[in-house]
Amino acid sequence: MVDTPHLDEEALAELQDVMEDEFEMLIQTYLNDSRERIESLKAALNEGKAEAFAKTAHSFKGSCINIGAPRLGQLCREVEKAGRDERLSDIRPVLDAIEAEFQRVTEGLHTLIARGVG
Amino acid sequence: MDDSVAESAPLKILIADDSNSDRLILNTLLGRLGHHVIEAVNGQEAVFLFRSKHPDVVLLDALMPEMDGMEAARQIKQLAGERLVPLIFVTSLSEAESLAQCLEAGGDGFLSKPYNQVLIKAKLQAFNRMRLMHQTLSDQRDLMHVRNRQLLEEQHVARRVFDNVAHTGCLDATNIRYHASPLSVFSGDVLFASPRPAGGMLVFAGDFTGHGLPAAIGALPVAEIFYGMASKGFDGGDILSEINLKLVRILPKDMFCCAVMVEADFAHNQLKIWNGGLPDMWLMRSSTERFILPSRHLPLGILGAEQFKADMETVRSQPGDRLLLMTDGVLECTNNEGEVFGEQGVRLAVEHAGSESHPFDALMDGIRRFTGRQKFGDDLTLCCLEMVDEAGFAVLPDNAVASTLAGPTQWKCEYEIQGRTLGEFNPLPLLLHICMEVPGLRRKSGEIYTLLSELYNNALEHGVLELPSDWKYTSEGFDRYYSERTERLDRVSGHYIRFSLYHELSNWGGRLSCVCEDSGRGFDYKSHPVLQATEMVQSGPRYGGRGLALLKRLAKSIRFHEQGNRVEVVYDWYF
Repeated sequence: MVDTPHLDEEALAELQDVMEDEFEMLIQTYLNDSRERIESLKAALNEGKAEAFAKTAHSFKGSCINIGAPRLGQLCREVEKAGRDERLSDIRPVLDAIEAEFQRVTEGLHTLIARGVG
Repeated sequence: MDDSVAESAPLKILIADDSNSDRLILNTLLGRLGHHVIEAVNGQEAVFLFRSKHPDVVLLDALMPEMDGMEAARQIKQLAGERLVPLIFVTSLSEAESLAQCLEAGGDGFLSKPYNQVLIKAKLQAFNRMRLMHQTLSDQRDLMHVRNRQLLEEQHVARRVFDNVAHTGCLDATNIRYHASPLSVFSGDVLFASPRPAGGMLVFAGDFTGHGLPAAIGALPVAEIFYGMASKGFDGGDILSEINLKLVRILPKDMFCCAVMVEADFAHNQLKIWNGGLPDMWLMRSSTERFILPSRHLPLGILGAEQFKADMETVRSQPGDRLLLMTDGVLECTNNEGEVFGEQGVRLAVEHAGSESHPFDALMDGIRRFTGRQKFGDDLTLCCLEMVDEAGFAVLPDNAVASTLAGPTQWKCEYEIQGRTLGEFNPLPLLLHICMEVPGLRRKSGEIYTLLSELYNNALEHGVLELPSDWKYTSEGFDRYYSERTERLDRVSGHYIRFSLYHELSNWGGRLSCVCEDSGRGFDYKSHPVLQATEMVQSGPRYGGRGLALLKRLAKSIRFHEQGNRVEVVYDWYF
């Protein structure tokens, strides 16, 4: 877990290659969706909806893996599992970690875009 | 279709994923590979778009809101029906159980996240190949169904045409028992029977080489010739020659027709038979007395007219005699061990038939017991003809309708055959044909034919050939009669038989006068017992009692002239 990088440089490079001009739009789409998902996760947790929580965590995990944010994906997998097992009390600290990791990913991706544009 | 082109042709791909960024990546990837992409954000939309856009391949996310990928997969597979639409799950699922669920729902494979360009391309190609192969197979299968249906329809039509030409004739007469599959014509078997205008019957069984339509095609002209000529009074030999000639002309070299012709004369109690290549016929007189009548000729459709021998063997019979004839299908029946029924099987079945059982039933039972099957194949034809007492036996219904006065009513015709032609040509069908032009006579064809044939046969056999009719009443005499007949027919130069026919109409119907004159020495008609007595006597030097009695019954009057070699018969018919 400690070894999992924040950003998968190689995967991102390939994405940049595939998406060309649409790369920046892809990143923005991902970041917007992710913010919405974090809000959904918080709401589901507060309302005690374990199943809805697990599903959102699963989708979030998929898009993180695809975009090249493996550590965030790893954290999503953890809460997805806890949600499915209905261990809601275990989730709160990981959810905080997800928010922190998302900040880091956001900064990293912004840097990447700035570098790509520059 | 060129497969290499088809394999690289752009595909219409439906992708369903609730994650916007994932969908964007997949869409771009597939677009770069040259495919056309349709996007859905959940399972429900995916099903809807599948229904309306008919994509070639579907990529589904397993877990989605509204309707998840599993349920969407089930519905899509159902909608696709027989069409193979590869359904690939894109997933970050990793547990074996979840993956198995995807396959159970109808998934054909997986693509895992993160997406890999090379892998996606390879997978799509592989699935597309599968799809095209399935398509080709389905198309071929459909084509085969269509072709098969066409073939069956064609056979059906051919069967109807064939039935019109080759009806079963008088096979349903009470003295005939037979087995012939309705589709037997497609295995090359034919079985026809026809009453003769003057009484008696003709039965023809044939077995063409080959199967299917080629075998059936030869059957049509055979049926046409058989029924056409039989109803006009031609005898078995003439019909065989005609059929042979026709088949030689139309059949390819490797095709021919094994056949049997049977001419049953119930009045004279004799059978004339010809067997060219079919199994032995059996003549059953009682449970102990049996005769085998083997094939003595080549099948029809091989020899040209010059070499072909249509001579029929004459066999004396008794009322109650049963003649059993069959095609090769009977001998070729096999049992579970692969052994064939064969001549041995027929012999056993026939010889072990009790005195009570009909030989037809005995043979059918024998085949059933041997094969262990109740049903017979299409290529097995079996027929049993029973010699019956002519009295009270009518196979020819008087179905002709009394017609109008159209046609010739007043005419005269003279016809004379001379010398060698006497031995080579039977003038009766021609004479009958002339008389049949008169509508009023047409419904009396049986009587007219009988009349003409009695006159002609008497003139030929007793008048010209001077054969004593009493020979025919002993079995040694019978054989002698027919061998002498053949011999004497070679020495008829200078002889003739002349028919003079005259017809006129009256207000009650019509009158046919028929004078038959021959070059023979005649006979003492003045002291002939039948002509003297009012009671019929069953003997006489010329005009076997029966023949003359028959003429007396049919005709209005009979008069003999000169030294007995000129007979005049007057026949009346009524409106």
